[in-house]
Amino acid sequence: MSLLQIKNLSVEFGNAANPFRAVENLDLSVDQGEIVGIVGESGSGKSVTMMAMMGLLEGQGRIVADQLEFDGKNLLTISPKERRKIVGKDIAMIFQDPMTSLNPSYTVGYQIMEVLKVHQGLRGAELKARALELMELVEIPAAKTRLEAYPHQLSGGMSQRVMIAVALACNPKLLIADEPTTALDVTIQAQIMELLVNLQKERNMALIMITHDLAVIAEVAHRVAVMYAGQVAEEGHVPRLFQHPVHPYTEALLSSIPEHSKGARRLTTLPGIVPGQYDRPKGCLLSPRCPYVQERCRAERPAITPYEHGAVRCFYPLFDKEAQ
Amino acid sequence: MSQTVLQARDLTRHYEVSQGFLKPKAMVKALNGVSFELKSGKTLAVVGESGCGKSTLARQLTLIEAPTAGSLVLDGVDIARASKAELKAMRSKVQMVFQNPYASLNPRQKIGDQLGEPLLINTKLSASEREVKVRAMMKRVGLRPEHYYRYPHMFSGGQRQRIAIARAMMLQPQIVVADEPTSALDVSIQAQVLNLFMDLQEEFNTAYVFISHNLAVVEHVADDVMVMYLGRAVEVGSKEAIYSQPLHPYTKALLSATPSVREEDRRAKIKITGELPSPLNPPTGCAFHKRCPFATERCSQEVPQLRELAGHQVACHHAESINA
Repeated sequence: MSLLQIKNLSVEFGNAANPFRAVENLDLSVDQGEIVGIVGESGSGKSVTMMAMMGLLEGQGRIVADQLEFDGKNLLTISPKERRKIVGKDIAMIFQDPMTSLNPSYTVGYQIMEVLKVHQGLRGAELKARALELMELVEIPAAKTRLEAYPHQLSGGMSQRVMIAVALACNPKLLIADEPTTALDVTIQAQIMELLVNLQKERNMALIMITHDLAVIAEVAHRVAVMYAGQVAEEGHVPRLFQHPVHPYTEALLSSIPEHSKGARRLTTLPGIVPGQYDRPKGCLLSPRCPYVQERCRAERPAITPYEHGAVRCFYPLFDKEAQ
Repeated sequence: MSQTVLQARDLTRHYEVSQGFLKPKAMVKALNGVSFELKSGKTLAVVGESGCGKSTLARQLTLIEAPTAGSLVLDGVDIARASKAELKAMRSKVQMVFQNPYASLNPRQKIGDQLGEPLLINTKLSASEREVKVRAMMKRVGLRPEHYYRYPHMFSGGQRQRIAIARAMMLQPQIVVADEPTSALDVSIQAQVLNLFMDLQEEFNTAYVFISHNLAVVEHVADDVMVMYLGRAVEVGSKEAIYSQPLHPYTKALLSATPSVREEDRRAKIKITGELPSPLNPPTGCAFHKRCPFATERCSQEVPQLRELAGHQVACHHAESINA
């Protein structure tokens, strides 16, 4: 039984007559102790999926799913009161920009303690000791004095460490990291990634890592889902998926990173851009850009189909290439 | 045949910053003696993390600001001795492409007018002649003719960056300074834009100063690489030399911190601790010594100078012993 089980999730925005489907028929499961990567370009629905799951789209998006279960609880029918007990405690999330996700008017110590007060009912000396422990856990130097610091007194890397401390305060079963290192410098990114992976191992948490950086995923994740225009195009294990992509989009994405064109003057590119709200094709969403497109692709939308090493949403997956 | 188009010697730029009422002014040494040469048709990549002086360097090269000290020779003319008229003529030889194409284009001006503006200011061409040139350049960078009458908000990020590049190329400059031109773009779009950069360089024999923190991108575009740390160049050399045999511990750390998709490209991780020091209060001696795993007493006292070693230049006291 998976910790998180999502089946056939769709999220729509806008009026019912002419809706925009940000996420379409998405399946995803995450086990305890597993690191799952979600990669995709902007607008592919990575963040909306996670926000829908956490119930952060209230009043804006319409969420439909066959199954949306976390730790045996149905997140679709759960009452707001029950949801509040889960979100922030068993499911925690860290965001891309640590500078804007911390409240500038409160000390970081206060913001860590707030979570502990609400979810664990800690008070007084016990509360303070636990907050300090968390600051040390995320390797913030001079933790004791930093408890009194305001967010603007911390660098980006330090703020992200504080965010991680807040997220881990209640020992979550699932941590969602939405582009946790995109705003940081390379050497700081390496430090934060190492910290996240170590904490994940130590606590046997499930970790969902959302990013557009394929290389980050390739280095840390166990499994990866590649998203394109709101759908999962391909899903599989790391590193196999990176060595033998079977969806044309994954292949194109991989070949467009400079690392794969060493020595070549030109990079291999996928022409065109991700389709927006009004120019979604009738058939496969990749069909206008796909180099292998066939008649059938323009007319019908493929469903995601499992195969030996994962699942792929394509009528003509690149199995033959793999043999070569 | 490539000629030297730009020579910088000991280029220095300091900024005074106010510390508050009645307090003495502090000095930020943003750029601290940087020297290099740039040849036509070649690309010099400047690599470093935030606060290392990359963008300050760009501002000096594009004559937006005058350097505090040091000399800058552009196309045989020393800018310190140039007259106002000469400076104006020189500005048209150095153009810039910025990081964020959402902010670098005028939202209230049509694309055709924005691209025609450099011609309007710097040449005596008539309106119809300008339009012919603008349309030719638009075609060259992959924009459609109907885009001439559109506003920036109607374009995607990748297309906007194409417009920004087209604008920089309008006067056929000898040098284009590109400050993180692809870091705001998705991977597949990044590949398209990088290809455009390479094609234009081939066609116009332009010299590029390519500022980036992404070492994978730099490896693809650069001929020479300059690694900067806190206002100084710590290592300069050909791309091959730097990537195959990095000598400076900071270069090694940067390369090892860069994640890669393919396992065979991954380097042994060198862990560097700590954060970037503040340029307001830089460490004594080698600026990197507080984070460097090889630092000794000498590093904290004496500033290392760039010196020749194994075919490239490195500023480290212990370069020989580290790389023995």
